[in-house]
Amino acid sequence: MRFVDEFRDADKAHALAAKIARLCEPGRQYKLMEVCGGHTHTIYKHGLEDYLPEQITLVHGPGCPVCVIPMGRVDDAMALASDPDVIMTSFGDMMRVPGSNGSFFDAKARGTDIRMVYSPLDSLKIARQNPEKRVIFMAIGFETTAPSTAMTVLRASAEGLPNFSVFCNHVTIIPAIKAILDSPDLRLDGFLGPGHVSTVIGCRPYEFIARDYHKPVVVAGFEPLDILQSIYMLMLQLSECRSEVENQYSRVVPWDGNPVALRAIGQTMELRPYFEWRGLGFISHSALKVRAEYAQFDAEQLYSVPGVRVADPKACQCGEVLKGVLKPWECKVFGTACTPETPIGTCMVSPEGACAAYYNYGRLTRTRVKEASTT
Amino acid sequence: MCLGIPGEVIEILADQPDLAKVNVSGVRRVINIGLLENETVVPGEWVLIHVGFALSKIDEAEAAAALEFLEGIGQAYEDELAALAESRIE
Repeated sequence: MRFVDEFRDADKAHALAAKIARLCEPGRQYKLMEVCGGHTHTIYKHGLEDYLPEQITLVHGPGCPVCVIPMGRVDDAMALASDPDVIMTSFGDMMRVPGSNGSFFDAKARGTDIRMVYSPLDSLKIARQNPEKRVIFMAIGFETTAPSTAMTVLRASAEGLPNFSVFCNHVTIIPAIKAILDSPDLRLDGFLGPGHVSTVIGCRPYEFIARDYHKPVVVAGFEPLDILQSIYMLMLQLSECRSEVENQYSRVVPWDGNPVALRAIGQTMELRPYFEWRGLGFISHSALKVRAEYAQFDAEQLYSVPGVRVADPKACQCGEVLKGVLKPWECKVFGTACTPETPIGTCMVSPEGACAAYYNYGRLTRTRVKEASTT
Repeated sequence: MCLGIPGEVIEILADQPDLAKVNVSGVRRVINIGLLENETVVPGEWVLIHVGFALSKIDEAEAAAALEFLEGIGQAYEDELAALAESRIE
């Protein structure tokens, strides 16, 4: 484990924490948003907030793919799946996301043919094996998964596969960040940029945040030291009154992203005028749909989709959690009516969701804080 | 799903050069490497895999760190590996 230690060394963590503390201006409060749910997970798991001075608050962002799928789209997918000629396919993460009439797992238990797949290419294979059925892939995720859907559509097109289509729910991270920046609810000082999304889109799309909103952005890796190092880089920029995009995770993220992936997305998909995000409402140009040239692989162009809008359950405050306005434990149903076993809101479903991460690890943090204050 | 999983390239399929057999925590499956067409990928190298597609090449140290992170997640990574084990990309 020689390799891993270099990312986890406790002495290095304390040294970084001390450097971060020295950069805090007396009396100033700092709010830094980690956009990606993977970062949220690391922060809670390793109790990184305990390393930071009280002046710094980490705010959890909307970067959890299943968390932002609105109930209406789950219901639409169920409507498509209810046709006995259809085999609906979906990632495992999606299976437990509640719609207004239960989740995919519930529908499967009622006899609907919904199958879990690892990759859209597995869905393609199911289509080849079942020529008498229409196979639909429930495509979800940010720019990390959109290239896979795009490549699969190109493959289906090359093969001339007549019974495969995509129910496209891909969303793009930049408009969500912009919506949060424009929201009056929250004043943020800087952003930890998502690691794996940036392997696709690169670092340039974040430049507007630095240029137009004068907030620093540091694209960050997933190890505890990556995150502390990135917070240090943000604090250094703030102390020097700079707002730039920096790449802490350059060992994985190229500045220009993955051009092949971007080309595949651009070839097969285009931006929707608007799309509903769970908890955040409608956001302009924030999601992708299949281009008309590939209509034969687009479930929305092939079949009638009800296009239902369903309000989130009243008790659920995922919207506030996704925007970073509320901490998970401030939600009224957190840990009582809403748990990973019986989620009401999407933030409790995925391990990348802030509520699930906090439910699993956050209480450890609180215990540590309590112990520290009594000794 | 949104988090990449590291896999070691075992072989590039001779008849389909956009596919490669990889080893992810002992699970050996075929993935697509078409998104890395601008780079050379050879056996022994590591890639970061998202839902059956390699998105970027990584070095061994990064792969070890990523693996440790994923193993720490627990159930979610086990679910991902179980899903990968069911995968039959061709």
